[in-house]
Amino acid sequence: MTARHLEADVRCGPIATVVDLHGDISSASDETLGAAYARAEACGPRPIALNFHDVDYINSSGIALIVGLLVRARKSNRALLAFGLSDHYVEIFRITRLTDFMSIFPDEELALASAKSA
Amino acid sequence: MASFFESLRLGLKPRGQRDEVVARKPTSHGVRGGESPPVEIAPNDPLIPYFLSAPGAVEIDKIHLDSPALTQLRAAGVRLVVPLVSQGELVGLLNLGPRLSEQDYSTYDRGLLNDLATQAAPALRVAQLVREQQMEIRARERLEQELRVARLIQQTLLPKELPDIAGWEFAAYYQAARAVGGDFYDFLAFPDGRLGIVIGDVTDKGVPAALVMATTRSILRAAAQENTSPGAVLERANNLLCPDIPAKMFVTCFYGLLDPTSGRLVFANAGHDLPYRRHDDGAEELQARGMPLGLMPGMAYEENALILAAGDSILFHSDGLVEAHSPTGEMFGFPRLAAFVASHEGGKMLIDALLDQLGEFTGPGWEQEDDVTFVTLRRASLNSAADAAPGASRSASLAAPIALAEPAPDTPEAPNAPTAPETAAPVADEDWSTLATFSLPSEPGNERDAMDQVAEVLRPLGLTPKQLEHLKTAVAEATMNAMEHGNGYTAELPVYIEVLRSDRAVMVRIRDQGGNRPIPTPQTPDLEAKLAERQTPRGWGLFLIQNLVDEMRVTSDETHHTIELIMRLEGGPRDGEAS
Repeated sequence: MTARHLEADVRCGPIATVVDLHGDISSASDETLGAAYARAEACGPRPIALNFHDVDYINSSGIALIVGLLVRARKSNRALLAFGLSDHYVEIFRITRLTDFMSIFPDEELALASAKSA
Repeated sequence: MASFFESLRLGLKPRGQRDEVVARKPTSHGVRGGESPPVEIAPNDPLIPYFLSAPGAVEIDKIHLDSPALTQLRAAGVRLVVPLVSQGELVGLLNLGPRLSEQDYSTYDRGLLNDLATQAAPALRVAQLVREQQMEIRARERLEQELRVARLIQQTLLPKELPDIAGWEFAAYYQAARAVGGDFYDFLAFPDGRLGIVIGDVTDKGVPAALVMATTRSILRAAAQENTSPGAVLERANNLLCPDIPAKMFVTCFYGLLDPTSGRLVFANAGHDLPYRRHDDGAEELQARGMPLGLMPGMAYEENALILAAGDSILFHSDGLVEAHSPTGEMFGFPRLAAFVASHEGGKMLIDALLDQLGEFTGPGWEQEDDVTFVTLRRASLNSAADAAPGASRSASLAAPIALAEPAPDTPEAPNAPTAPETAAPVADEDWSTLATFSLPSEPGNERDAMDQVAEVLRPLGLTPKQLEHLKTAVAEATMNAMEHGNGYTAELPVYIEVLRSDRAVMVRIRDQGGNRPIPTPQTPDLEAKLAERQTPRGWGLFLIQNLVDEMRVTSDETHHTIELIMRLEGGPRDGEAS
């Protein structure tokens, strides 16, 4: 399977801002991911939820980019959530301890419910 | 006669500065008091020719000249002046106030004073010469001391040791000119393994240049800790240096940041002479634009990058070489240097050869005009891909799966085969048979192809879906490391992948051409430090690999770096899965 360049859509919602990610997350995704996060920030001070449902490849450089987003989120005291990860990448997030700093949900409904109750 | 001796306390400026005669005048009480301020006699004062032509002691009241010095002498209460003339030059005056008896000076007194002047003038002249000589010696000593201080500052701050990085050769040479210029170089080692390389030159010489050099070095070191981008480092250093650098001084500086594993050098330049990269096809300048440091705040610095392949080298240099002159006045110049670099091997040998060439060019007795500084780095040569893998094309494109022409490292045909560490787990020592081999050009994104091709081969072998996903990710990470850190993302340098199996396990062997690399020790990344931005967010690859496979073995020889990833088929639960 050839590499898929990352594309990202941002949905501003009343409870959280959802960033829908499509493609691979690797070092080549830096600009796209950073710009999408900036658009999400502009939606308001709500939690940001990353939708990984259409992401089937995240490499170590991609992990580093997600760490970078966590840094930005922590600086602005903003919650960063994730949903739609495959079992394999849930485990990768667990191994890397990203799950210690961002909540992981199976789907958007649960992620938003969590954001609402927070 | 107290007044007489006190009046001997006259002084003259040193001979080299002697454009006027200075005579100490008596106090308001004649010459009885202590040391009196000097009376300065300008060189064009008519009093000087008057005294030179006087036969002996002269009464001040009988002189009728429009002379500022005469006015001062009168005001100081001087009554009698005895010119001290030696070899036709007025070297001093004996100034006498009124006699203590309040009587006029007698003919006898004058005769005595004239005799004294005859004896005293040459003695005074000798004393003056000795004093001038002593002052010159002291001035020379002060200058030498300043130069010693300047040299000490520079030599103290230059690196004591060269970087010791497997697969790389570093060399440096620094020779101060007698006047000590402001050359400097520095190596900055970063925790992630990268190396900063600085070479610079401060305008001016001596202690001022050395002090600015020391300041610049400290500023650069601090800026490099705060920034990862060489352009940003120079920008920060420039802004910090500008307010404090003395007028008419500035610093040229080239800063490069080397990733020794990939060979990638990112660099920026603040007006320094451009370094040369030497490779198989000749030599080229490392071009990047930027103003020297300290001239104007708010400057931006262009940043460029290149990847040093095996055998490539770089020469950093200061202007002391290119601006050296031959006995006929010809300058060494950049074209001569570029041609020389292109035709010589890099590294320390290049420095030795350059010094020989400089010696021949300048000839014997050359007085070095400026500091001469060289820093070289060279990526260790390895056998070309064609040599290492006979039959494999250097422009290999993705072909899956193809026979790997290179002998497997654990077969008798491979004399440089890496050997397994003694601590290898038993599963790794089984009899392995090759299922597939293929190669990939080192281009970003190709790790996905490696992952998918390995998965295709392994899918029928009974790995669980989870194991397969783990191994795929480990293969992708290891391939990425091989392409980046081993082959420097040079497409022509392929990554070789071999898939093997034994009765109880599968193995994926991934090999790049960056030999002589240190065997990395996987470490658990400090996520808290990364989130606090005390560490780079990167550095997950090897950690992930280690956590996703049952066994990982890394070996490195002169030409290759090899990683073997092993996953058990039915050998019981993996570590951490028992529960």
